[in-house]
Amino acid sequence: MPKKVHVQTTINGEAVEYLCEPRQSLLEVLRDVLHLTGAKEGCNNGNCGACSVILDGRLVNSCLVLGAELEGKSLETIEGLAEPEQLHPIQDAFLENAALQCGICTPGFIMAAKALLDQNPNPTEHEIRYWLAGNLCRCTGYDKIVRAVQDAAQTTS
Amino acid sequence: MAEKKDYKVVGTRPIRHDGVDKVTGRALYGADFQTVGLLHGKVLRSPHAHARIKSIDTSRAEAHPGVRAVVTAKDFPAVEDKIADLGEGAANVKDLQDNVLAGDKALYKGHQVAAVAAIDPHTAEEALELIDVEYEVLPPVIKVLDAMKEDAPLLHEDMHTDEMGEKSEKPSNIAAHFQHKQGDPEKGYAEADVVVEQEYTTETVHQGYIEPHNATALYNPDGQLTIWCSTQGAFAVRGQVSEILQIPVSKVKVVPMEIGGGFGGKINVYIKPIAAMLSMKTGKPVKVLMSRADVFEGTGPTPGSYVRVKMGATNDGRITAAEAYLAFEAGAYPGSPVGAAAFCVFSPYKVENGTVDGYDVVVNKPKTAAYRAPGATNAAFAAETVIDEICEKIGMDPLEFRILNSATEGDIRIDGPPAPRVGFIETVEAAKDHPHYSAPLEGENVGRGVASGYWPNFGMKSSVSINVTGDGTISLVEGSTDIGGTRASIAMQAAEVLGIPAESVTPTVADTDSVGYTDVTGGSRTAFATGYAAYEAAQDVKQQMIERAAKLWEVDPEEVQFADGVFSSVNGKEQEIDFKGLAERLDETGGPVVGRGTADPNQPGPSIGLHVVDVEVDPDTGKIDILRYTATQDAGKAVHPSYVEGQIQGGAVQGIGWALNEEYIYNEKGEMTNASFLDYRIPTCLDLPMIDAVIVEVPNPGHPFGVRGVGETPIIAPPAAIANAVYRATGVRLKELPMSPGRVLKAMGKI
Ligand code: FES
Ligand code: FES
Repeated sequence: MPKKVHVQTTINGEAVEYLCEPRQSLLEVLRDVLHLTGAKEGCNNGNCGACSVILDGRLVNSCLVLGAELEGKSLETIEGLAEPEQLHPIQDAFLENAALQCGICTPGFIMAAKALLDQNPNPTEHEIRYWLAGNLCRCTGYDKIVRAVQDAAQTTS
Repeated sequence: MAEKKDYKVVGTRPIRHDGVDKVTGRALYGADFQTVGLLHGKVLRSPHAHARIKSIDTSRAEAHPGVRAVVTAKDFPAVEDKIADLGEGAANVKDLQDNVLAGDKALYKGHQVAAVAAIDPHTAEEALELIDVEYEVLPPVIKVLDAMKEDAPLLHEDMHTDEMGEKSEKPSNIAAHFQHKQGDPEKGYAEADVVVEQEYTTETVHQGYIEPHNATALYNPDGQLTIWCSTQGAFAVRGQVSEILQIPVSKVKVVPMEIGGGFGGKINVYIKPIAAMLSMKTGKPVKVLMSRADVFEGTGPTPGSYVRVKMGATNDGRITAAEAYLAFEAGAYPGSPVGAAAFCVFSPYKVENGTVDGYDVVVNKPKTAAYRAPGATNAAFAAETVIDEICEKIGMDPLEFRILNSATEGDIRIDGPPAPRVGFIETVEAAKDHPHYSAPLEGENVGRGVASGYWPNFGMKSSVSINVTGDGTISLVEGSTDIGGTRASIAMQAAEVLGIPAESVTPTVADTDSVGYTDVTGGSRTAFATGYAAYEAAQDVKQQMIERAAKLWEVDPEEVQFADGVFSSVNGKEQEIDFKGLAERLDETGGPVVGRGTADPNQPGPSIGLHVVDVEVDPDTGKIDILRYTATQDAGKAVHPSYVEGQIQGGAVQGIGWALNEEYIYNEKGEMTNASFLDYRIPTCLDLPMIDAVIVEVPNPGHPFGVRGVGETPIIAPPAAIANAVYRATGVRLKELPMSPGRVLKAMGKI
């Protein structure tokens, strides 16, 4: 087994350190090493967005980043979004709009929506659809997801 | 009989009970399951579409550091070649085993051949490369019509066609042929002013759920096996694993984790028995996860098909005769949904003279699994476009044609039984009245099309128990895994009976040892049948609570009434107590109250929908854009309208994907060449407009609130509706799915 790498990083505002194999993806590290299973594996090759996280302010597919690359960086995952007593407005909007069915895509969509609204608080429908095109949902037909993001934009802006 | 009425909870839109867990990433899906001492399994798959397995040498893999066990088909217990009743549909046990781990032959690329358990997934993967399999590669057969030819390579040398009950002399890839017939089609065509006959083909498509299959198994030395997994039916997993491994069902406990989509594709087992076998060999818990490529190549899909439809009609728009020839690819083992296709092909219509022939044919592709209204979409693509052609020829509005020819309750269908009541005309009227249908279509290369889709729905068995909690809420234990919000729709039906808010119900999906037998979440049955069981359990609770109130007031139970959540005594002292108040006083009146309900309803009530679509076809690239989409559907009674709309929207979009670009692409060696989400492209949100879902409610007399299942119907109409719209836009009728740009350009004569 290859020698493990020691990584010091920040996840959801907290200092974290871990050991990982050089071949392990960030998604594997999150799920198997840190037991943060909110990021999901749908394809493991960058095509579905179920593993979306925000790395140093940028939306990335964690299956396409190596765990070792996290050294000195700052990561936001779905687990860090809600306050103890309060969901994030995007999470509320997903619930209010029934924007999930099976829910496997939901953490990825919420992280992608957050990255969008962080940089564009008032997106048009087309901008939302363009931005979220990297996230696949097989259940909803996207209608209610797009509406949830529109609603969240209203409340956050 | 359920009538249209207003309810307090049913028909409202509460937040789903599992919502917070699912938007915070806390909900645990199958792959999220963790336990101590876990080993990881990986599966070796056949690289060939058709090959004899001459030998498998696992010694090098077993010697690899970190490997704990290797299994092949040799590790299966011997089984008879018998048909096992698995609760929902029967299956040949030998076929079940063979599909899980290939015996003598690998029958498709991706067929599971061996599996390894190791200390981590990467080590298991390394070991797969050390398994030496000697194959004798055989010629594959991929398309249904090729497989039906006399000289086609045979998948199963000992398979003979079941020709309407008789076994054929020669072996064949045609597993079965059946025919339904009624009236005199020849006479019908003679009465017709127009007769249209067309041939259609559809390619293999996949359910495409985002969560790959997963399983963790732990076998104890006392013979008890536990499996944690995502599945559409924990009891279905229990039944299959028990048959495949020849373990009594009572020794198998299946714990359903949250499930990331299924659409019919998470009923059959693939890696669950493998995880179990690896755990039996190692004594450790073993987790096996599929990759996306494994999912495409080894699971699902729904059949490719060849369909021929002929219909005759008079100039005033009456159908006089109809015929369908349906040849479906079953995949490597018999069992395509051609029977359901035959049932659905002309279901919306009154057809007095007709025949339907169905062929179930094996090919070198994964064994097909259910996919949302299995078979119906293939059939409707043909029938609903032939109808469009007839309407055009006789100059009739396609919606008027449907109203005129709608089957009414009691009309005898081609396959025998009488048609039940369903809101066909109501959905057509809803589409006609919708602003979409009368909106002007502007621009060039645009067109509007319509089509309908019919699905019979299923009832099957469900169990629910309800515990009354001292604070006036209830906990509800059910066996239906929640794929799309059914915790809410089931809880709401219990809440309605007990006059409490939906939020006062805590629903739990339980494992197979903790809840009564429950069939799969499939067949559009969950909100209907498990909802029915919840209704029954709540009635049981209500009756017990009435007895408690009577005890409290020292009156006869007959003197206690219950309405709007309040118990009252009808004579003597005016006494009243609400559900919560009474729940607080259970200890004074005899202790806990537990209600139970089971259901096996036989009147699921079909669902039907009419879809309207506007498309624009790019004449240079052949790309079809969906400009506007409206889908109407009879939901009987929508328990949670948001999730009913969600089913309609999601189903319509799966149908759009099937129509526009989804397909398994094979090379001449019979290998799927596009086994990724990049190359097997499902619709993204950028490909779509909003989907306007219009709920029509014609109550189902077979359910206390009038509920009809809604999940499957919406996938059926889109390919035909889009093909009809493309014809309006281009003047060309497409008869092959998917209508990908290349096929469109070819049909337009541009390439
Ligand atoms: S799992 Fe990372 S994009 Fe699909
Ligand atoms: S809700 Fe199931 S994939 Fe999106």
